[in-house]
Amino acid sequence: MRASGAERFGNYLLLIVFGCFALAPIVSIVVAALGPDDGGSGSSGLGNFGKAWEIGHFGTYLRMSLLVSVSVVVASVLLSILSGYAFGTMRFRGAGVLFYLFLLGIMMPTEAIVVPLYFDLRTLGLTDTYWAVALPQVAQSVAFGTFWMRAYFRSSSRALVEAARLDGAGHWRTLWQVLVPPARPALVTLIVLVFMWTWNEFLIPLVMVTSESLRTAPLGLAFFSGQYTSGFTLLAAGAVIVGLPVVLVYAFLQRHFIAGMLEGAVRE
Amino acid sequence: MSSPPGEPRKIGYLYILPALVVYGLFLLYPLGRAVHLSLFEWDGISLGKFVGLSNYADVVADAGLRAAFGHALVLIVFYSVLPVVIGLALASVLQRARVRGLAFFRTVVFLPQVVAMVVVAVAWRQIYSPDGPLNDVLRAVGLDGLARGWLGDYAFALPAVGVIGTWFETGLVTVLLLAGMARIPRERYEAARLDGAGSVAEFFAVVLPAVRGEIAVAVTLTVIAALRTFDLVYVTTSGGPGTSTSVPSYEVYHRAFELGQVGSAAAIGVCLTVLIFVITLGVNRIADRA
Repeated sequence: MRASGAERFGNYLLLIVFGCFALAPIVSIVVAALGPDDGGSGSSGLGNFGKAWEIGHFGTYLRMSLLVSVSVVVASVLLSILSGYAFGTMRFRGAGVLFYLFLLGIMMPTEAIVVPLYFDLRTLGLTDTYWAVALPQVAQSVAFGTFWMRAYFRSSSRALVEAARLDGAGHWRTLWQVLVPPARPALVTLIVLVFMWTWNEFLIPLVMVTSESLRTAPLGLAFFSGQYTSGFTLLAAGAVIVGLPVVLVYAFLQRHFIAGMLEGAVRE
Repeated sequence: MSSPPGEPRKIGYLYILPALVVYGLFLLYPLGRAVHLSLFEWDGISLGKFVGLSNYADVVADAGLRAAFGHALVLIVFYSVLPVVIGLALASVLQRARVRGLAFFRTVVFLPQVVAMVVVAVAWRQIYSPDGPLNDVLRAVGLDGLARGWLGDYAFALPAVGVIGTWFETGLVTVLLLAGMARIPRERYEAARLDGAGSVAEFFAVVLPAVRGEIAVAVTLTVIAALRTFDLVYVTTSGGPGTSTSVPSYEVYHRAFELGQVGSAAAIGVCLTVLIFVITLGVNRIADRA
């Protein structure tokens, strides 16, 4: 297709206008975070981050977020590999029904389960613990991960599985030595998505956690923005601190984010 | 569903077991408990009272809840309808001419999707604040009369929250549609050209039918996002001013943990689940049939 010069110019203009529209709010917060502190602490530029870190206790929150995110990623990816392997390469009675059960979890909103979870965990004395924040998110990610890994193993595995069986490999070795190595791209996508969801999750930690030491980064930011009213600079710096880890991962692996989020829409 | 490769194997159950245990305990069982709790009037502390389906009747009868679902409908226009319209226009124009930098553009417009909603909320709260950038711009062009604290305004708070949704969903929808349009075979455009179709006729004859599936996915994702907008509402307005931005997902939290109406909160959660279910299945059914 040939485009005229005018059409091409118009297209670039569109790209730039929409690119700016998408970036402006994010850029504005970075710019605000780097300006002189309007709250009167006298810091400016990168010094704002140090000040926000100190006043807002972001060190504690980031540690908790990192702990929760890493453990949810490791646990849910491992469980998803196992269950996706079974659904994708084996035949057993009730596989269809069981798989639809997992699909239900992809559609289930956190709002529906957080209320009973809170009261049942409270009865068990588990609210305000790391487990109350992490385990429900492992369950949510396992639902998606099972769907994701099943699709991958199903599309890639037939010849590989048969070759491995001829070589006399058992089902355990077939999985880890034959199927998992070439699954790296699919696994990276799953890892970045689960990391992003867990890092950004707000409702579960908000409901489950009361101690300050167990707050995750987004939760800490929300409380900071509620309490700190002497200006916007340090709040913006805090927001940058909380948002940055996921944005950094995205900058390097954006293909995986986009592919995963677009394909992850339930389609059977 | 085609059958997977490999022979029948009982060992499959063992592989599924660990995932199923976590999933069952922390997702399926709570959903069952939500249905159970929704049949009671319970403040979370004392003994609950069985009330049957009255919490569900309230979804229709209770003015506050009706309003919350009404607000969700308004948000769907902002989260879903606007992004799909803008995304269709944008993607089809960009698709017509080969421009450089499309990959970079994709990365940029998708960025709002990956930033934590709390961060997004903090940024936009500043944009909308009485002395924020939006009002600065309005005053600069002489529209002082329009300047206001947008999120504290009864008439404008809900649309203001909606615009935030439009902002972060448009990128997702555009990227999705660009991917769909890139798959349209060139011959179809050429056939339309030979029939003498202009760019508008071409859009309706070639582009729109080809991206039906992508539109269905976009609608599903964005409508669900509109129904689950808890973090944004919590940080920007907490449902206010008054109840002008209360939405069902915020009501779940508010009722269960602030008002002590656990049964009602559980019922709203169950309704949201059913709604999301029906929308997902319905939209995909329509897309398949068309």
